[in-house]
Amino acid sequence: MLQKVYDWVDERLDITPLWRDIADHEVPEHVNPAHHFSAFVYCFGGLTFFVVVIQILSGMFLTMYYVPDIIHAYESVYYLQNEVTHGMIVRGMHHWGASLVIVMMFLHTLRVFFTGSYKKPRELNWVVGVLLFFVILGLGFTGYLLPWDMKAYFATVVGLEIAESAPIIGGFARTLLAGGEIIGAQTLARFFAIHVFFLPGALLGLLGAHFFMIRKQGISGPL
Amino acid sequence: MSEKKHRVSRRQFLTYTLTGVGGFMAAGMLSPMVRMALDPALEATGDSEFVSVGLGEDELTDEPQIVNFQLEIEDAWYTSEQPRSAWIYKDGDEIIALSPICTHLGCTVNWDSNEDYPEQFFCPCHFGRFERDGTNVAGTPPTRPLDVYDVEVRDGMIYLGQINQRS
Repeated sequence: MLQKVYDWVDERLDITPLWRDIADHEVPEHVNPAHHFSAFVYCFGGLTFFVVVIQILSGMFLTMYYVPDIIHAYESVYYLQNEVTHGMIVRGMHHWGASLVIVMMFLHTLRVFFTGSYKKPRELNWVVGVLLFFVILGLGFTGYLLPWDMKAYFATVVGLEIAESAPIIGGFARTLLAGGEIIGAQTLARFFAIHVFFLPGALLGLLGAHFFMIRKQGISGPL
Repeated sequence: MSEKKHRVSRRQFLTYTLTGVGGFMAAGMLSPMVRMALDPALEATGDSEFVSVGLGEDELTDEPQIVNFQLEIEDAWYTSEQPRSAWIYKDGDEIIALSPICTHLGCTVNWDSNEDYPEQFFCPCHFGRFERDGTNVAGTPPTRPLDVYDVEVRDGMIYLGQINQRS
């Protein structure tokens, strides 16, 4: 059945070369855990992406209940956590996944560093990776405020103080991030927009570049 | 299963296993999310409670009178008081409370408000009309009678409950 549907589409659109070009490539022996178990370290990048996919999906579903407004934000989180069936699980996935992305990304960075995979000709991919690191930290920072509880509020107070401590542009950066003098209605709306639109957009673009480069250049050779 | 010996190639075995494991993981990931999204549709709707309309039973006549009252609406994380109204009158011993919402397109009907149609509920939007008991007048836009409230009398005061459709 599925095969027939595929054949029908393929006959008309010739899609086989498209996905073959993406999916069909050899995995070198030195990165295959079936050959050398220690090669599991090469899985960290893929695992980071896997957790990112979970974050995007669970985040999409969370926005069905969450409202970014200082009056109702906390209540809506409370509602989806305690009243909605499985809401606790989905928020749990997003909550723990957020930490897991950072951990996996750090392990991936360590692997790339200790295998020297950042060296020529892969310097650009390292740079994109560092940008991804900042984007993901930004997602963590902006997402932290959204439940609008005490922890969220004071963590953001501290975060914005840090931004303010930057020389010359500090005050400007703080006001821009907070959307005004006080951390309140505008800050929450702004952090929500950054968290669900701007940073995920940047994340997907950078990931595209990251994957394009690894596909083009291949995995770095054995040590 | 066929009686023939069915040899599974290495490639086929891998395809089956990987699809199976992948499908299992995807299902484990997506099912709580989908269940969460479906929650409002699967939740049982509770009966609404009776609220006092601030009107005594002895104040009722056989002439429909409008009564306005506040209903506490619990909308997920937002609870608010919303205005409701009803046309109430006595039909013998029975107390009738009709919803003033026209069953055509949801405008508000008035009792005895049009000189041409005395003793009828009249909707100004499309000239829909209803008899005193809420029955829609044939030949006017509404296709079913006005909805009725559940009525209860406690200590001589009128309490209204949920709104019921009549066919």
